[in-house]
Amino acid sequence: MEGKKARDPWVLLLLPSLVWLGLFFFVPLVIILVISVLQRGEAGVVHWQLDFSAYARLFETANVRAILRSMLIAAVTTGFCLLVGYPLAYYIARRSSRWRQWLHFLVLLPLWTNSIVLMYAWIILLRHEGIFENILAFFGWANAGTILYTPAAIVIGLSYWYLPFMVYPIYNSVEKFDFTLMEAAHDLGATRFQAFHKILLPLTMPGVIAGTLLVFISSLGTFVVPFMLGGDKTLMFGNLIQQRFLSIPQDWPLGAALSVIMLVLISSGIGYYLKITKRHA
Amino acid sequence: MSNNFSKKRTQIKYEQRRPALWDRLLDPLLSINAWLTYLFLYLPIAILIMFSFSASSFSTVWGGFSVEWYIKLFHDAEIAAALRNTLIVASVSTLMATLIGTMAALAITKFRFRGQNMIEATLNLPIILPDIVQGISLLILFALILNISRGLGTIIIAHVVFNIAYVAIIVGARLRGFDRSLEEASMDLGATPWQTFWKITFPLIWPGILSAALLAFTLSLDEFVITFFVTGPGATTLPIEIYSLIKRGVTPEINALTTLMLLVSILLVSLSILLQRRRLS
Repeated sequence: MEGKKARDPWVLLLLPSLVWLGLFFFVPLVIILVISVLQRGEAGVVHWQLDFSAYARLFETANVRAILRSMLIAAVTTGFCLLVGYPLAYYIARRSSRWRQWLHFLVLLPLWTNSIVLMYAWIILLRHEGIFENILAFFGWANAGTILYTPAAIVIGLSYWYLPFMVYPIYNSVEKFDFTLMEAAHDLGATRFQAFHKILLPLTMPGVIAGTLLVFISSLGTFVVPFMLGGDKTLMFGNLIQQRFLSIPQDWPLGAALSVIMLVLISSGIGYYLKITKRHA
Repeated sequence: MSNNFSKKRTQIKYEQRRPALWDRLLDPLLSINAWLTYLFLYLPIAILIMFSFSASSFSTVWGGFSVEWYIKLFHDAEIAAALRNTLIVASVSTLMATLIGTMAALAITKFRFRGQNMIEATLNLPIILPDIVQGISLLILFALILNISRGLGTIIIAHVVFNIAYVAIIVGARLRGFDRSLEEASMDLGATPWQTFWKITFPLIWPGILSAALLAFTLSLDEFVITFFVTGPGATTLPIEIYSLIKRGVTPEINALTTLMLLVSILLVSLSILLQRRRLS
């Protein structure tokens, strides 16, 4: 007993972080799990009675629609980020090392700033009679309609916010790629497109999968982007959770059940990601 | 000789076939994609900054250069109060998270023990799991279970949760980068663990700790979603203040405030990254 204590003081250093996370991260999640199997009460409170009906209420049309809409929006965002992000990662990885650092830094920078501020910048651009509409009108495209508070605005906001999540892992795998392989393919008569398709893409696939998963699960779990750019008509997963907890008609067990489903979806995405990265490590 | 050889080889290659149209277009297309993406990332920021200096009170019309909105900002008591709250929250939560996170990083990198990978993954969960679920679940913990009044204290608790993870990652990377046998040598020569930490470990890892603290401070300064749920009356931070100002309508004063917040974040994050890049001497 004494000997063990003397050997383990370093492990005690973990105690504060584990206690803090336990109390203010895991306990709250357990509370959510518990609430999801309780009975719905009036005015938002819950009755302490086991009741799985919240999970049945998940299948009400409005909820199913919001979840499917979230998945669609997340998929479109992921597709856009991949289409733009892969060539960008390739472009950065082919610059000289001095430029590479800067270009890479500039992609990541917005992510470390304020989400509300950046969404506000997009509101200025996209709102009714805003700058974007003025530019369209200048090119003779007046009355093209306002983008703000539509699903398109959400896709733009999400792509803006999560593009670094796509570029970062792809850039890492393109940077590790041995480009003499491409020259070899070229010398053997392959076009650049063939060399990309047969060599570069398969060898950078782990980065592509990682980026795709990161952007998709982050977009699925988003709250602030649709909250700021989506308006009332385009509810996403996260906004639905917030509304069932805080807006009328409140339904805490349903909100909790939605949270549980979101966590399950995102955790399985992370699990798959870890499996992939471990296999290729 | 070898020079001559490679010259010859290139000539042969060109004689054999001209690159296909697609291949010749690839490089310009990659550049265009890169520049358009950087435009996409920085145009909103540039426009935000530009209009914060516009004399016009419509934030989409340029009305000549003016610092009027900045002067107004500095005389706004509501914003001064929000700034005060933000600085209190960011300083206290940074101090706590830096202390707790550094302790965790020391424990994780020092010894191999069972469940180590799991503990590391656990510490990172608050970064990955959706902020909306963290915010709502903490709100329920504070309001329903603990029944404590929400304010600066609850915001600090919430910010420490996610900042522990960032600090542990950055300090951990620094700790992995230096020769731990120095510590063993110090202990073998009779220094206590405490002396060893202050004489050997700390002087080597302080740039990592400072970098982590700067990042934690920035993240706390900018955090919106979780704060939105755990804040209480009188505990408005700057992002919450910006949100409520936007709800009241877009004004040039918000442009000035958001510009300042962006510039401060960019400055702090750049400093943090520079410190991480500092070589171990």
